[in-house]
Amino acid sequence: MQTKLKESAPILEVNNLFASTDNLPILKGVSIKVYPGEIHAIMGRNGCGKSTLSKIIAGHPSYNITKGEINFLEKNVNSLEPEERAQSGIFLGFQYPIEIPGVSNLEFLRVSTNARRKFLKQEELDTFDFEDLVKEKLELVKMDSAFLSRSVNQGFSGGEKKRNEILQMALLDPSIAILDETDSGLDIDALRIVASGIKKISNNKMGIILITHYQRLLNEIKPDYVHVMSDGQIIKTGGSDLALELEKNGYEWTDNFEKEN
Amino acid sequence: MVNENLVKDVVKEPYKYGFVTDIETEKISKGLNEDIIRLISSKKEEPEYLLNFRLNAFKKWQQMKEPNWAELGYDEINYQDIIYYSAPKQKEKISSLDQVDPKLLETFDKLGIPLTEQKKLTNVAVDAVFDSVSIATTFREELAEHGVIFCSISEAVKNHSDLIEKYLGSVVPATDNYFAALNSAVFSDGSFVYIPKGVTCPMDLSSYFRINSGDSGQFERTLIIAEESSSVSYLEGCTAPMFDTNTLHAAVVELIALDDASIKYSTVQNWYAGNEEGIGGIFNFVTKRGKCLGNRSKISWSQVETGSAITWKYPSCLLLGEESIGEFYSVALTNNLQQADTGTKMIHIGPKTKSTIVSKGISAGKSKNSYRGLVKMGTKAIGAKNYSQCDSMLIGDQASANTFPYITSQQQNSEIEHEASTCRISEDQLFYLQSRGIEFEEAVSMMVSGFCRDVFNQLPMEFAAEADKLLALKLEGSVG
Repeated sequence: MQTKLKESAPILEVNNLFASTDNLPILKGVSIKVYPGEIHAIMGRNGCGKSTLSKIIAGHPSYNITKGEINFLEKNVNSLEPEERAQSGIFLGFQYPIEIPGVSNLEFLRVSTNARRKFLKQEELDTFDFEDLVKEKLELVKMDSAFLSRSVNQGFSGGEKKRNEILQMALLDPSIAILDETDSGLDIDALRIVASGIKKISNNKMGIILITHYQRLLNEIKPDYVHVMSDGQIIKTGGSDLALELEKNGYEWTDNFEKEN
Repeated sequence: MVNENLVKDVVKEPYKYGFVTDIETEKISKGLNEDIIRLISSKKEEPEYLLNFRLNAFKKWQQMKEPNWAELGYDEINYQDIIYYSAPKQKEKISSLDQVDPKLLETFDKLGIPLTEQKKLTNVAVDAVFDSVSIATTFREELAEHGVIFCSISEAVKNHSDLIEKYLGSVVPATDNYFAALNSAVFSDGSFVYIPKGVTCPMDLSSYFRINSGDSGQFERTLIIAEESSSVSYLEGCTAPMFDTNTLHAAVVELIALDDASIKYSTVQNWYAGNEEGIGGIFNFVTKRGKCLGNRSKISWSQVETGSAITWKYPSCLLLGEESIGEFYSVALTNNLQQADTGTKMIHIGPKTKSTIVSKGISAGKSKNSYRGLVKMGTKAIGAKNYSQCDSMLIGDQASANTFPYITSQQQNSEIEHEASTCRISEDQLFYLQSRGIEFEEAVSMMVSGFCRDVFNQLPMEFAAEADKLLALKLEGSVG
């Protein structure tokens, strides 16, 4: 287990967040605080708003924040462009990574990495230096360098796409990584590779939010906190055993919380 | 949607070549009739056969109708309201570059085509055409050492009359179509290239076409002849000032490749496209055709079409020689109210002829972008093959893309393959790239370049970089 730095400021603080798309309310007052080194899991049924929460934190243009705020490294990022958020260290691992035909994965990774490095006032990498860096990171997710010459995510299997996401996380070295159903569509071996990659990349300065339906990812990466979402709200927060209880009792069990609350 | 507006901003591009050169010009009066044609011909001191060629074309043109089958809408062109000859005034006959008006040299300098000895591009010979006349051709002596002739078509008429008489109009007959007939009647200048037997042209050849006057049309004519086992790569660039009237450009390009010869013809067309409301811009009606006369000859067209209010052009190949090869690689980008109807014709006549068509259309704004292509297998085209791929990309929700493939085959033992696709730059793709720290504009231009990669790979090196930059410019908004 990593050492907690609770005495420092939170990396991410979502404060009573309300958001909608096409005037349809999706988030109805979500609050969450992530400190350095912490791993949070957000669980809930399909359509409860957990993926939306991740997209809103990353700045997806289809959603409007109607109330509340997102503070990242003690700065309100509500109105920042997605690329500004990414450059400053917010990473979203996509549930369905997007295919970009004709754009080489290597070039994409390089431009992306350099955008982050530029923000960090680090030297930008030329093609040769970047290839050295990326080869080292490929090891983490056991990817073959042949992936680099293909178009971004095009023709990748589900598992390859997810590993490509984790590769990007490794290259961008974010302050907060929100991984949206990174475990979905993975067989057991691929799940282990992805989980071990995430563990190797994580450190005591980074916060991680795992969005998932299932316990099996949490068996590999033990969360410090588990939040249960329902209808755009976090209805219960607990430790890692909450996920186990959920696994045992199913989401029906959480319907009672709503009634209780 | 937030991003929709952003896309609109991004594709707004300031036209960098819109300046006008203030220079004294010699213009003839507006209008078109036999006397005007005689006047143009006499100004150029042409031999009789050429005057007859013009008059014959004019006669036929008068009986022809302007074609209306293309997906284009524009106000009727008043052919009597156009000046058919406009040339910068030269004090005397010039024999070297030092005598060219510095203003003209400056103009081409500004366009990135320096012509003077000290500054000229090192790897490319350039023929610079300003309105109706050729201003200068670089590297002529060096090319002559290899027997390569590279000069303006007017000079070729004087010095290589046998070649002109033999080949002019042999690929695109004077009466081929409405605009070709018009060009044949009034063409003023253009480039001429002759590569002798067995010679690989030691450098790329290039023509740069500049329209300067607002009320003159430009009607240039290019003729390239590649003798047996020779090869040449030819580049063509075009720009024009911004006027709020439309200027007519009707060119004819003819290529002839004999046994084992190869011609690669690349165009970056960036004529003024008109403003956001569709006012002004060049009407670009061009007939380009290559004849693979010899066995195993090859003609390859690649084009990057980004300008003009109206583009109507179908660079084509007549594949006569056995095992001859025709290629067409095209990127056409339209924005605002631009309209493009472009594609190719691959006419397979000889046996075992092969053709490849790769067309990428990108439409933004309210523009209309159509691919129109004909693949024809004649009765003798045994074992002939064609592969066509036509992809369209839409940016925003007000642009349109069409594909009109025409296929006819009179030979069972031939193959035709056609693939087509349409895609849109999706909000999700943009968000994905942005969420990796890539700026919005760079994300759009990355995707557009990616979409065009198959075509860019076919362009000569210098041009590929220029084309990529040009597209990025078109897509980069105020930053450019």
